[in-house]
Amino acid sequence: MAEIKCIDLCKTYVQGDATIKALDHVTLDIEQGSFICLSGPSGSGKTTLLNAIGGLDELDSGEISINDERVDLLSKGPLADLRLHHIGFVFQAYNLIEVLTARENVEFVMQVQGVSAKQRKLKSMAILKEVGLEGMENRRPAQLSGGQQQRVAVARAIVSQPKLVLADEPTANLDSVSAAHLMELFCELNQNHDVTFLIATHDERVMRYAERLIRMQDGKVISDELQINT
Amino acid sequence: MTLNLRMAWRNLWRHSRRTWLTSTAMIFSNVLLVFMISLQFGSYDMMINNTLQAFSGHIQVQAKGFNDNPKMRSSVPAILPLADELRGAMPGAHVASRATGFALASSEQRSFAIQLIGVQPEYESSVSTIPGLVNQGRFLEDPYAPEIVIGAVMARNLKVSIGDEITLLGSGLDGSFAAGVVNVTGIFESGSSEMDRGLAEVPLGYFQETFFMGDHGHSIAIAVDSLDLVAAALGQTQQRVEGKDGLAVLDWNALHPGLKQAIQADLSSAWFMYGVLIILVAFSVLNTQLMSVLERTREFGVITALGVRPRKLASLVMLETVLMGLIGLGIGVFLGWLVALYFNSVGFSYPGMQEVAEKFNLPGKMYPSVTVFSMMLGPSVVFLFCLLAAVYPALRLFRLQPVEAMRAV
Repeated sequence: MAEIKCIDLCKTYVQGDATIKALDHVTLDIEQGSFICLSGPSGSGKTTLLNAIGGLDELDSGEISINDERVDLLSKGPLADLRLHHIGFVFQAYNLIEVLTARENVEFVMQVQGVSAKQRKLKSMAILKEVGLEGMENRRPAQLSGGQQQRVAVARAIVSQPKLVLADEPTANLDSVSAAHLMELFCELNQNHDVTFLIATHDERVMRYAERLIRMQDGKVISDELQINT
Repeated sequence: MTLNLRMAWRNLWRHSRRTWLTSTAMIFSNVLLVFMISLQFGSYDMMINNTLQAFSGHIQVQAKGFNDNPKMRSSVPAILPLADELRGAMPGAHVASRATGFALASSEQRSFAIQLIGVQPEYESSVSTIPGLVNQGRFLEDPYAPEIVIGAVMARNLKVSIGDEITLLGSGLDGSFAAGVVNVTGIFESGSSEMDRGLAEVPLGYFQETFFMGDHGHSIAIAVDSLDLVAAALGQTQQRVEGKDGLAVLDWNALHPGLKQAIQADLSSAWFMYGVLIILVAFSVLNTQLMSVLERTREFGVITALGVRPRKLASLVMLETVLMGLIGLGIGVFLGWLVALYFNSVGFSYPGMQEVAEKFNLPGKMYPSVTVFSMMLGPSVVFLFCLLAAVYPALRLFRLQPVEAMRAV
């Protein structure tokens, strides 16, 4: 059974006098445990699709279901709960909370989830170790490199063991070594924890890791093919 | 410290200069409010004490209805034993008996209607400032001597001086004609033209004889050392008087209803001024928190995208305001307390105040009232208004759209 089902998604933006079709009748099925890359040039609709699946953006029309639950019909509160408990986000610009340390950034979401302080500490220390940041738990974002910050963001996204991670250009600000480490981490999580990854990117290095590559252009899916990873 | 508290505290110091500027505005206003309000309360205490010490005392025992309609017949029987009993029951209080009547006072040349008070010379100075205001001659000494102390304006009007005789004509307790001749032994100047023109005091024993009062009088004035002691003295007096038919115990509020109204009116006008100060501080907080929310739009967008509800973000902004308010409250109250405490020990006066006060036998300095209430009243209102000012920035977070917010620079 498909974990995510997108049916005929449409979304338009008005920019000045122009109307831009960000999603133009997009239909997709994404299975549990998939590792998928969305590729395409800027403005092709990748981020809009991720935002729509994550319940961050409203659609003009179409249906999105996650495990048979209609995301597009949920109100703000339940949508927030869905994101909090079932979806992990990784953004291009890391977007860590600058006044919190690496560990506190990871703990923050768990705290909102109501996890006890002791559990939060244990889990955050473990996940930071897993992403290779042992010993850097008490550093603030400004004291970490871009790659390290992105690892904290990944740790924050997966610490609550979501079944779906949506990543928007996660390697855009990383050097090639950091990017490779991050993608290896994603693959490991995908394989060992059965986490579904949907990654928007136009980085060829990232696309190589995908088992399924969906290309978009002008809001449309122009190709959807399985890849054999080397 | 919880994660929320840590986050709120660190957020405050993202722009430490701005936080300090806003906190300093709160500290300054709190110091000012603490000092002004404590001085104001202190001055009210002084105003009440001065008014009450001038003549009426803090509490009076009278015949029922005498305060509203002071008739000669509305008298207190066996007034001296009752005053002695009260004096014995309240060692810290000052008790003096009085009789009150109206008479025609005539000198060789002129006649005027006056209010004549019979007083106990040995106790009167403890409940009234008039004995201390005698600036010509002396106050009364013998409780039965035919002597009189008059106001300076009355002396001028009657054209009398120390040693001159005044004839008194009036109506006795039984309605009969009462008359007597007294010598002027003292002339006082109270600063109140009404008292200086119309009030004269004679010994109570002489008054009772002349006006056929027997052992009756009209009031027992009781003065205590501070307003805080009034309630206890009132309770004890009521206990002693209970069961004595026809007597009433009145506190200063009943004796001088206008006094409380004057204080309330003064408080209202002062609070208008304080209100302006508080609103300015509240706007400063509004500005700071609004800026703080606006410049963190992107961060709030990300947090919302992670699944945090706006309610949680709003509570974070309110928590930051609470912390900033507590800084202003804590430091402001502490500094204000130090200032108030200093003036409470050395007194506060303005140029000329002491000279004028000495002339009227009044204290020459004001002493701020250093109580929890006077310390916390102003700063608490500032704190409350600062919280209210943060409500608008906090409410804006409920309208936050994650995608748009994350695009913010």
